[in-house]
Order: sequence, then structure tokens, then C-alpha cells
Amino acid sequence: MSTANRETPRPAAGRAGIKKELPAHFKDYRHVWVFIELERGQVHPVSFELLGEGRKLADKLQVQLAGVVLGPPGEAVGNAVAEAFAYGADLVYIAEAPLLADYRNEPFTKAMTDLVDTHKPEILLLGATTLGRDLAGSVATTLQTGLTADCTELDVDTDSSLAATRPTFGGSLLCTIYTLNFRPQMATVRPRVMPMPQRTDKPVGRVIRHKLSLAEDEIATKVLGFLPDNQSAKANLAYADVVVAGGLGLGAAENLQLVKNLARAIGGEHGCSRPLVQKSWMPADRQIGQTGKTIRPKLYIAAGISGAVQHRVGVEGADLIVAINTDPNAPIFDFAHLGIVTDAIRFLPALTEAFTRRLSPHSRDKLAS
Amino acid sequence: MHIVICIKQVPDSAQIRVHPVTNTIMRQGVPTIINPYDLFALEEALRLRDAYGGEVTVLTMGPPMAEDALRKALGYGADRAVLLTDRYFAGSDTLATSFALSQAIAKVGETFGTPDLVFTGKQTIDGDTAQVGPGIAKRLGLLQLTYVAKIPSIDLAAGEIKVERRSEGGTQMLKSRLPCLITMLEGTNEIRRGSIHDALCAARNQVLKWSAADAGIEDLTKCGLRGSPTVVKRVFAPPARAEKAALIDTAEKALRDVADELITAIFTRQPALEHELAFNGGA
Amino acid sequence: MIEENFDAIVVGAGMSGNAAAYTMASHGLKVLQLERGEYPGSKNVQGAIMYANMLEKIIPDFRDDAPLERHLVEQRLWVMDDTSHTGIHYRSDDFNEAKPNRYTIIRAQFDKWFSRKVREAGATVLCETTVTELIRDAKDRVVGVRTDRAGGAIYANVVVLAEGVCGLLGTRAGLRQMPKPQTVALAVKEMHFLPEEVIEQRFGVKGDEGCVIEAVGTTSRSMAGLGFLYTNKESISLGIGCLVSDFAAMVESPYVLLDALKSHPSIRPLIAGSEVKEYSAHLIPEGGYKAIPQLFGDGWVVVGDAAQLNNAIHREGSNLAMTSGRIAAEAIIEVNSRNAPMTKRNLALYKAMLDKSFVVKDLKKYKDMPALLHTNSCNYFTTYPRLMSQAAQNFMRVDGTPKIEKEKATTAAFIKARSRWGLVSDAVRLALAWR
Ligand SMILES: Cc1cc2nc3c(=O)[nH]c(=O)nc-3n(C[C@H](O)[C@H](O)[C@H](O)COP(=O)(O)OP(=O)(O)OC[C@H]3O[C@@H](n4cnc5c(N)ncnc54)[C@H](O)[C@@H]3O)c2cc1C
Ligand SMILES: Cc1cc2nc3c(=O)[nH]c(=O)nc-3n(C[C@H](O)[C@H](O)[C@H](O)COP(=O)(O)OP(=O)(O)OC[C@H]3O[C@@H](n4cnc5c(N)ncnc54)[C@H](O)[C@@H]3O)c2cc1C
Ligand SMILES: Nc1ncnc2c1ncn2[C@@H]1O[C@H](COP(=O)(O)O)[C@@H](O)[C@H]1O
Repeated sequence: MSTANRETPRPAAGRAGIKKELPAHFKDYRHVWVFIELERGQVHPVSFELLGEGRKLADKLQVQLAGVVLGPPGEAVGNAVAEAFAYGADLVYIAEAPLLADYRNEPFTKAMTDLVDTHKPEILLLGATTLGRDLAGSVATTLQTGLTADCTELDVDTDSSLAATRPTFGGSLLCTIYTLNFRPQMATVRPRVMPMPQRTDKPVGRVIRHKLSLAEDEIATKVLGFLPDNQSAKANLAYADVVVAGGLGLGAAENLQLVKNLARAIGGEHGCSRPLVQKSWMPADRQIGQTGKTIRPKLYIAAGISGAVQHRVGVEGADLIVAINTDPNAPIFDFAHLGIVTDAIRFLPALTEAFTRRLSPHSRDKLAS
Repeated sequence: MHIVICIKQVPDSAQIRVHPVTNTIMRQGVPTIINPYDLFALEEALRLRDAYGGEVTVLTMGPPMAEDALRKALGYGADRAVLLTDRYFAGSDTLATSFALSQAIAKVGETFGTPDLVFTGKQTIDGDTAQVGPGIAKRLGLLQLTYVAKIPSIDLAAGEIKVERRSEGGTQMLKSRLPCLITMLEGTNEIRRGSIHDALCAARNQVLKWSAADAGIEDLTKCGLRGSPTVVKRVFAPPARAEKAALIDTAEKALRDVADELITAIFTRQPALEHELAFNGGA
Repeated sequence: MIEENFDAIVVGAGMSGNAAAYTMASHGLKVLQLERGEYPGSKNVQGAIMYANMLEKIIPDFRDDAPLERHLVEQRLWVMDDTSHTGIHYRSDDFNEAKPNRYTIIRAQFDKWFSRKVREAGATVLCETTVTELIRDAKDRVVGVRTDRAGGAIYANVVVLAEGVCGLLGTRAGLRQMPKPQTVALAVKEMHFLPEEVIEQRFGVKGDEGCVIEAVGTTSRSMAGLGFLYTNKESISLGIGCLVSDFAAMVESPYVLLDALKSHPSIRPLIAGSEVKEYSAHLIPEGGYKAIPQLFGDGWVVVGDAAQLNNAIHREGSNLAMTSGRIAAEAIIEVNSRNAPMTKRNLALYKAMLDKSFVVKDLKKYKDMPALLHTNSCNYFTTYPRLMSQAAQNFMRVDGTPKIEKEKATTAAFIKARSRWGLVSDAVRLALAWR
């Protein structure tokens, strides 16, 4: 919702009031779809999180939940399909073609729009990953329908249309957005914003195959190569169970070592607030928050982070938030569960030391027995 | 080479505050800035122009005051600025915005030469849908290269471009055709400071102000609120967590004891954790 | 890179710079104005009261589109002690005239407007451009400036230094001294946002009417200082200023004073429930007449705060700034029209014209005031305020003490505090300085 003239977004008078009389040709759009993001043989976990949400929506609407798998022929697609069912899909649409091997906008857009035009879903959910956002944008404009990005909450309202809630104004406010008079209603959701649903082994159910009518030479963009991220950059922040992050309060780049030490001591990942990335004290993929990673660890320790709203929105999913900050009035204490008002630079080593003591081998044995 | 870059003027959301009582945004004195992500695209465009020759046209859709953003862009060294402003555009969502912009880009093409490249930022900080870029590409039938981190080479004669594109877990090396639309990844460069010469030109340069009609937009039903399939129904502040953090008292205590106290507090709240940490930790 | 030559370069886009640039540009001179702020006014702090008369002389019809907050119909002068204030209020419906005389403004907005006028008049205005040095030729004449942008020097026949109170450029170039701690005040200011209705009801004003409170007394901790409260349309500017040297001597921080002022029982209810938005601090030249530096030289003139042209006693600065800027411009236009060079000799015209204006006349009138208030600050800003309020309370309170004894008590208190001689001499000194 990038509006040209941003007034304080009131309920758009008139239009919001419009009784949503769906045009006839959209009346037969039914069922909830989730795009199963398959890249280089791997299903992106966000797809399962979306199946979890899609399940709830489908049940409320009393319709079916379908997964959409696009990929090259091979067992990767097979696994993806199996997983889709295991995470709650009722049926799965597949488009298999060699030219879907690596992600490229053209073939994926074609495949997805063809599927939508043929099978007419009322709701289409994608992960807000680089792939998902690239695809969603062009699919939505091709289909001339509405798209709500980076949703934090999905629901169906009384007249059974999708109510998509997302942060606006840099996270300082939330807004609920509807797609009037157009189908499908599209939404993207960032990884880790929704909880991971239970996986239960299920037999592969109904599968509908779609033949992609597109030839390689019709595609202008060619993949010359792929350079996987090196180890250091492969921060698995978003999915870590324990995260320790540092902010400007640490004062100097060297002090980030204290954060890394604690993270290592308790087997967690380390992250940071945005200014540290801007000062290039840390690589961008370590940034936590609205424009960085969203995390939902079991334990999040924030040292020297004020807790600005843009940071907050990225960590609120954590089970337990511990804040270390010299300023008792820092906003982070408004949403942290445990807080310590002290100098993190002095406290972090003590905490690391204390953890190591507590988690020493023999204490492990005690726990094991 | 003719490069068109779309920038947006946004409220500096770092400085936006929500009124505690009325839950409305207090924009009193909130400064507006060029969407930070667009600056990476602008700098890339300027570099390509400097390297391959040609012109950079900056385009924005917004209220009259968005002219400030364009003036800034000219100050950085852009050659031309177009402000697309018309009450019909008020309340545009992604779809309506990309419609208006694509039409304007077409018009810019007719008037000043067809663009070889169109740039947008990765996303805006007030809308951050990251969809206006793709939207424009679709409408203009341009190839779409998003999250581009690097543009190693352009072969104007052959109409070929090589880019490095960020994707999950790695970087794609792509070869594609011109003209195309590129959205730049953040942190790929840093916006330059215009020379005194650029600044002088900027101060004297005119910002072209186009209405919907000027941009050759006939179908106004595709613009503004009317052209926006999505509608904002409700705006509200994030629910505050009921209780504040339980503060662990540090008064005249050894850090060591405070640390132990904290760990105990952690494990009482999350008993399962102790077991996990004991076996993952200490690596 | 560019060898461009301007008739005049104006350094700074504050009140004085804009006045100068506008006047010269609208007389067809080729003017370049350089401002270091992101936009004109972005760095500027002021109460702020703007005096219409001086702006009219530059832009007669400014009322049509200038961003004005409220026109003043009431002025309150308060003498405060810790719990009370004794005040004179002057309010007159005559101030509701067709062309009101004083307005509150918000500098950030006002300067933007003024700068637009400057551009429309034909001047070239560059923001985010800091002038780093003055270029001199072999004969030591100022011939241009260098900025913090790449691309070299810019040349002009004359440089108008409108760089504000610190005036690093001029002082670094040795054109004048850095202002001394005892001749500049540090003022801190907060903007308190309140709904329009609330302001109108609290100050008993309607429409665009506004009210000003200026307060001396113990809130300035017996330093020579003045607190002020100005009503804008939807906000209240509240601030206090004291001499930098005093702050240093008393090791008081400005915030402490501002907090004291805010929590004073006479002020607190006026700002209750407000949303504090911006906090700013800025210097004010208070050296008066005796602190005025050399105002002109070969290829340069200095105007406004940079020239210490500021009347502390009457809280006037922007008007002296505008007027000095305008007069400097008129002098330059005059010299230019004679095709004469911008030499020290020719630019002396500026000082001659300024001396004839209210600017210098007023500052001359109070030439001894700063020194007096500074040296005697303890008496004028603590002792007397206390005594006055005691006297007033003593007079009001009805407690069965015979009136005659009350008066005796009051007189005794005064004499005890300052001695007969002290009282007389304070009065005489004040009178002399005022004359
Ligand atoms: C569009 C937009 C998007 C943004 N996205 C993000 C994002 O994704 N992630 C993000 O983090 N930010 C983001 N920001 C920036 C965000 O607004 C804040 O500026 C940022 O989070 C502040 O980082 P910080 O808390 O590390 O620094 P500060 O806000 O400066 O906080 C430093 C804190 O450390 C404390 N401190 C100081 N010394 C010590 C000490 N010795 N020991 C302990 N504590 C100490 C201080 O009390 C203070 O609370 C975004 C901003 C915008 C405008
Ligand atoms: C708290 C406070 C309250 C006041 N209240 C009042 C009041 O009520 N009424 C009144 O009449 N006066 C008031 N004044 C005084 C008034 O603000 C000043 O006298 C007036 O602003 C002086 O204008 P000026 O143009 O000389 O300087 P300024 O307005 O300070 O402008 C100087 C400009 O030059 C720019 N600059 C400086 N150096 C450079 C450089 N090297 N390169 C480029 N640009 C540069 C600055 O960014 C600034 O924009 C108040 C002052 C303060 C601090
Ligand atoms: N009103 C607008 N005017 C010009 N460009 C825009 C506008 N809105 C969005 N854009 C461009 O589209 C990109 C993505 O915007 P968004 O989809 O809102 O995240 C931005 O970085 C801009 O480059």
C-alpha cells in the first residue's frame, strides 16, 4: 500500500463503506492457496508457517487448503508435495518443468497466473522472501488484483473476505487491509512471523498437475551461475532458538565480541540492531527488526538496544526477552520480560561466565540423569 | 543510455510518533526524506550514466511538496526531474501507484527517449510493499530484476545486461535483456555528495510538474483510491504488553551474583531451556 | 571547475541573510546564497516574535502568504520568586488592527517561506552547503568563498556574512573576535504542543490572537536571565536564557533552569498536558552596543547576529537582523549602481546608513545595561524579586496586622536587604543605564 499522498490513514471513507458486492466473474473463486517456495531442492520453512495460517482461514471459510509447487522434474518436487500434505494441505497443484529449475520471474509468473486463472482461488498466500516478493508483485499486477505485503495477522471477517493486518509507518501503527471486488486476495507474510504448525505424517492426497506452456527460448533471462553464501553470512538467525543481540549501547565494534562469546556459550546465534549494520560493525544479514530478520527464539537477550519500534516488531515473537540497558526508561523494558539496568559491557562477560559455570559438563550429567 | 529512476518522498518514520491517547500519527514537524532505499538505486543509476554516458531522469508521484525530494535528487547529479502530481492520485495503493508511474515512464520515454533501464528502490519505508517496482515492470512489459546487488556489465549495442541478484541463501548471476526494470538491494553503494556545480545546476534546473493528463493518463478509474483494489479499513496502535519487564535488582551486588540471579530467573520462566542450553551450549 | 562570478554571495539563510539576498536579488543583482542547513531554518532557533514593521520594509505584502502563528494582543511581564509572580499585564484591543505589529512565528516554517521569496526574487539558493573559507586576493580583499562541496571556489564582488551569532567564518578569517562568554546568552527552548482551543482558553485569546509572558526572577538562579513563553497556533514556546559566563560560573545546566521554570506554580498550569516535541538550544548576542565589531571591509560586510546586532533588553534580534541585512543590501546596490568597486571605503556607506537607523540608536541607548545587569545580577534577579513578592503578599494578606506595621515591615525588609544607599544606587544605576 504505497500511497502517493500519505495522509493519516483513516478508514478510507466511502470506499471502505462500500458494500463489497463481488462482480459476477469473481463469484466462483474459492479455496485458499499457499505457494510452496521451492528453491534449489529446499522448501522454505515459511511455506509451512503459511500452511498453518492457511489451514485456519480455510476452516473458517469451510473451503479447501491447497499448496502450489513449482519446480523442475525430480524428487525435490515430490518431497515438497509430501511435506505440503504433512503440514495440512488438502490438495496440491504442481507445475513441473526444467525451466522452473532456478527461480526466474518470467516462467514462475506465467505458471502461477495460469494456475490461478484456471483454478480460481479466493486467497493466495506467499512468503515475503526475496523470491516470494518478486513473484507476488508481478502475479498481482498481471491479475490486476490487490496484494497486502508483510502481513502480521490474517483473518476472515463476517462477510468472509480476507482481513490482512500489517505494520505501517515504520511499525508505529498497524492497519487492516481488505481487497475489494477483486480476486484472488493476495498476501505475503515474512518468515517467522507466524508460528510453525505441527507436522503430522499424512498420505499424499489429491494432486492436480498443470502443463506449463512456455519454452526456454521464450525466456530472456538466463541464469549464469549461483554463488551460495559463505559460512559466516549463512546466519540462521531467523530460525535460531537462542539469540543474543547487541546495539549501539555497546559503544564500539570490538565489544560485539562480548555478544558473540555469550551466544557461543549458550549455543545461540548473534544479531544486532540496524545502526550497527549501518556502521558496518556487522553484516546486514545479522540485523534484527522491521527491515532485518524477524526472529522467534525461545530466548532473546538484547544488550545495549533501546527497543525502537522497528526493532521491537522483529523480536516480539520471542518466548522470553531479556534486556540489558543502562537506561531504566529505555522502551525495550516495555516489552522485555526480564530486565537488568546495568552496563552491558561489564555485565556480558559476567553472564557468559555464569552460564558456562551453570552449564558445565557435570551439571549436564546431572540434567541427563 | 537513458535511465529513469523512481523515488518516493516519505515521512522519516524513525521520527513518527503516535499520539498516546488518540492513536493518530503526529506528523507535526516530522521531516520528510527521500526513501532511503531509493538512494541506492539513484546512486547506481548515476554511476552507470557516468560509466556509459547518457541521462538520468528522476520520477516521483506525490503531493506538490514532493518537489523537495526531486530537488535533492537533482542536487546529487540527476539530469532531469518529473513530479507526477494530481488530486486523482490521492490514496493510490501499490497497483494504482504502479499504473500511474508506468504511464508517466512511457510518457517520459516518448518525450526524452525510451529508457534502457528503469530503477526503483527495494521498498519504501512507509509502504514497504516492495511491489511497485514489479508492478511497473509488468505494466511496461519490462523484464524484472529485483534485489540486484551488482551490475557487472552492460552491453548497450547487444542490449544485454549482467547482474548479480540476491536470492535466499545466495547470489544469482543473471544475464538479461534491455530494457529492464531493476530494484536495487540496500547497502550496495552510498549516495554521492553533489559537487558545487551539481548543486548550482540543481538550484536552477526546473522540476517538470505533470498532471494525470500531462502524463497521458486517460483511464482515471485506474488511479488513486478508485484504482486501488486494496483499502485500509482500520488503523490502530500495536497492543502494548500489559506488564513491564521484571527488573533484577543490581544494587550493591557482585555482577557474578546478578548474573546467577538472572539465569535462575530465566530457567524458572523457561524450564525446558536449561536442558537445551546445556547440550547446545559451550560449543 | 566552475569559474562563475556573482555580484554578491550571502552566507547564511537566516533572517539577516534572507533580507539581504531578497533585497539585492529583487534589485536585479546576481545573488548566490549558501546555507549549511538541510533547508533554510532547519538549524534556526527563535522564540519567536517577529516584528512586522521591519519585514514590511522588505516584503510589504508578507501577510498574504507568510506562515504567521498569532498576532500579539497581550504582553505580561512577570517578576518571579520561587512560588509566586508579581506582574504587569498589558492587553489592548488596539493590537487587533488590520496590520498587526507583532506576530509569533515558527522559524523553521518562516525561514522556508522567506527563502522561497528569495528564490522567486531571482537569487540562487544552495542548502546543505557550508562555506568553509573566505578567499582573499593578493591585496587581501575578499573575492569569494570555498564550500564543503567538491568543485572549487565561487567568486563574487562582495560577500555578505549573515552566518549568525557564532560566525565562525568571519572570526576564523580574523574579521572580528569570537563573541565572549559574558556577551552571549545561551537560551534553551521547548515546543509544547496543545490543541488550539486549550491555548485559546488558557490565555483568554481567540482566533489568531496571541499572548506573551516574559519573566525575570529567581528561576534564573540569580543569573542575568529571562524566561519567555510565547503562544503559537497549536503550541507554546517556552524557554529561558542566561549569559554563558554565568552558566559557567554557577555550573548550572540550562535544562535545570528550564525545568525550574516549567515546574513553577505560575507556569505549570499553562503547559499542563502538553506534548513536548522539540528541544533546542541557541546562543543570543547580548553584548549590546559595545560589542559591535567592525561591520565592513574590502569585499565583505557582516550583518545580524554575526555583527552582534541584538537588543537583549527588548528581546529583539530578528528585526535588527532583517534591518541590517536590508540596509547592507541597499548600500551594496548603491555602490553597484555607481559601478564602483566593493572596497572598504565604499562599503562604509553601510555603517553610515545603519548608524542612522533604530538598530544602532537603540543599542546605543542601552550601552551600559548589559554590564550593569551582569555585575548586579544577584540583586536584580533574586533579591528584588523576593522582596517584591514579599511586599505584595504582605499587602494582600489580611491577618489583623495593622497596615502601618505592614508597611514598616516591607520597608525594613528592603533596607535590610540592600541598605538605604544600596537601594538608591541600584535605582540610579538602573535609571542611568535605561536613559
Ligand atoms: C524505516 C526504518 C526501519 C528500521 N529498521 C530497523 C530494524 O530493522 N532493526 C533495528 O534494530 N532498527 C531499525 N531501525 C532503526 C530504529 O529506529 C532505531 O534507530 C534503532 O533500532 C536503534 O538502535 P539501538 O537501540 O542499537 O541504538 P540506540 O537507540 O542508540 O540505543 C542504544 C541503547 O543502549 C543503551 N546503552 C548505552 N550504553 C549502554 C551500556 N554501556 N550498557 C547497556 N546499555 C547501554 C542506551 O540507554 C540506549 O537505550 C529502523 C528505522 C527506520 C526509520
Ligand atoms: C531562544 C531564542 C529566542 C529568540 N527570540 C527572539 C524573538 O522573540 N524575537 C526576535 O526578534 N529575536 C529573537 N531571537 C533572536 C533571533 O533569533 C536572532 O537575532 C536572529 O535569528 C538573527 O538572524 P541571523 O540571520 O543573523 O542569524 P540566524 O537566524 O542564526 O541565521 C544564520 C544562518 O547562517 C547559517 N550559517 C552559519 N554558518 C554558515 C556557513 N559557514 N555556511 C553556510 N551557512 C551558515 C546558519 O545555518 C543559519 O541558517 C531569539 C533567539 C533565541 C536563541
Ligand atoms: N509514489 C511513488 N513515486 C515514485 N516512486 C515510487 C512511489 N511509490 C513507490 N515507488 C518506487 O517503488 C519502490 C517500492 O515501493 P513500495 O512498493 O511502496 O515498497 C520504491 O522504492 C520507489 O522506488
